[in-house]
Amino acid sequence: MYAQMVDTGVERLRTAQELEGDERAFQERIDAGVRIEPQDWMPETYRKTLVRQISQHAHSEIVGMLPEGNWITRAPSLQRKATLLAKVQDEGGHGLYLYAAAETLGVSRDDLIEALHSGKAKYSSIFNYPTLTWADIGAIGWLVDGAAIINQIPLCRCSYGPYGRAMVRVCKEESFHQRQGFDIMAKLAAGTQAQKRMAQDALNRWWWPAVMMFGPPDGESVHGAQSAAWKIKLHGNDDLRQKFIDQTVPQADLIGLTIPDPALSLNAETGHHEIGPIDWDEFYRVVKGDGPCNRERLATRVEAWEKGAWVREAAMAHAMKQRNAA
Amino acid sequence: MMTEWPLWEVFIRSSHGLAHKHVGSLRAVDAEMALGNARDVYTRRNEGMSIWVVKAADIVASQPGDKDALFDPARSKVYRHPTFYNLPNGVKHM
Repeated sequence: MYAQMVDTGVERLRTAQELEGDERAFQERIDAGVRIEPQDWMPETYRKTLVRQISQHAHSEIVGMLPEGNWITRAPSLQRKATLLAKVQDEGGHGLYLYAAAETLGVSRDDLIEALHSGKAKYSSIFNYPTLTWADIGAIGWLVDGAAIINQIPLCRCSYGPYGRAMVRVCKEESFHQRQGFDIMAKLAAGTQAQKRMAQDALNRWWWPAVMMFGPPDGESVHGAQSAAWKIKLHGNDDLRQKFIDQTVPQADLIGLTIPDPALSLNAETGHHEIGPIDWDEFYRVVKGDGPCNRERLATRVEAWEKGAWVREAAMAHAMKQRNAA
Repeated sequence: MMTEWPLWEVFIRSSHGLAHKHVGSLRAVDAEMALGNARDVYTRRNEGMSIWVVKAADIVASQPGDKDALFDPARSKVYRHPTFYNLPNGVKHM
């Protein structure tokens, strides 16, 4: 999702009986639904997993400003431009809330950003795809933010207090983004032939990457099981993905667009939509840094950081001077 | 010189709120920038009427380990609550 394939640093999930002392007391609190707060004791592996997950989430918000930012100067109307600006501004805010939540775990934001820039930390695979037309902005809002909401609503109840509270704020704003994106797609689909073709083309290119955002199938993953035991991941990848598909397919029908999957069918017994095979090779390629825009996205972030160094230093020097003069 | 910008905690009193409530934190070089950023990030949709920013380093928090010593003494003192008294049925507004 916005945080995909988070390494928990554990090899095997231990049962409650195998845990001792602080760790056992910790797991009992989690099982009882008690929120963990920054000053509480927590296992090092829990702390590290959360740092990985929350920072990956924060990085996704920040890198996610780039594909959409690409169309700000070219938005087709002033109203579309203003709402896109507001949305990208929201993403910056989400990054801020999330970095702040990660910092309660004893890491510094500069270190997290350094990990992103050196390629050590990841961000969501979805932001490594290019925005080639205006319709892509609609597809991102509708599909990508729609998928984000499905993942983030359960995270509001996750075991780590600061992360859950950040998610409450984020979710409120994401629903604005999704509606905005869906509106762009609906209007294009109801427009001229050329506009409808543009919307369909965007759906064709974003559908599978959006489906892949939920990460590889669960089951064998020890990390998924550990995250579930710690209640920092409340539903499996496949469940969330299914929810996304069941929610999105009728929306596409409604505006007269076609999901680019010839195998897609509604199972009348289960009531779920079944999809064709997912290209996991592509997913792993993108996660490992070899997607269409990985290099460009990272280079843009690093350039902004390096070229902005003198401004950050000037601000700091000015603040020092003011303090000394006071 | 490349030191990290200090961390600030942000408290907002909403238009209907009686008290300032902690809403999050941010990094800024000084109080003025912290206030400006808090305005942009936390009150963009009319969430607040008043903002306080406090350097995180200036906040002292109670320790979870001290919970019993700090809060236990309050538990056995029912006489601090008005509900301790039974009033006759005829008494109103007391």
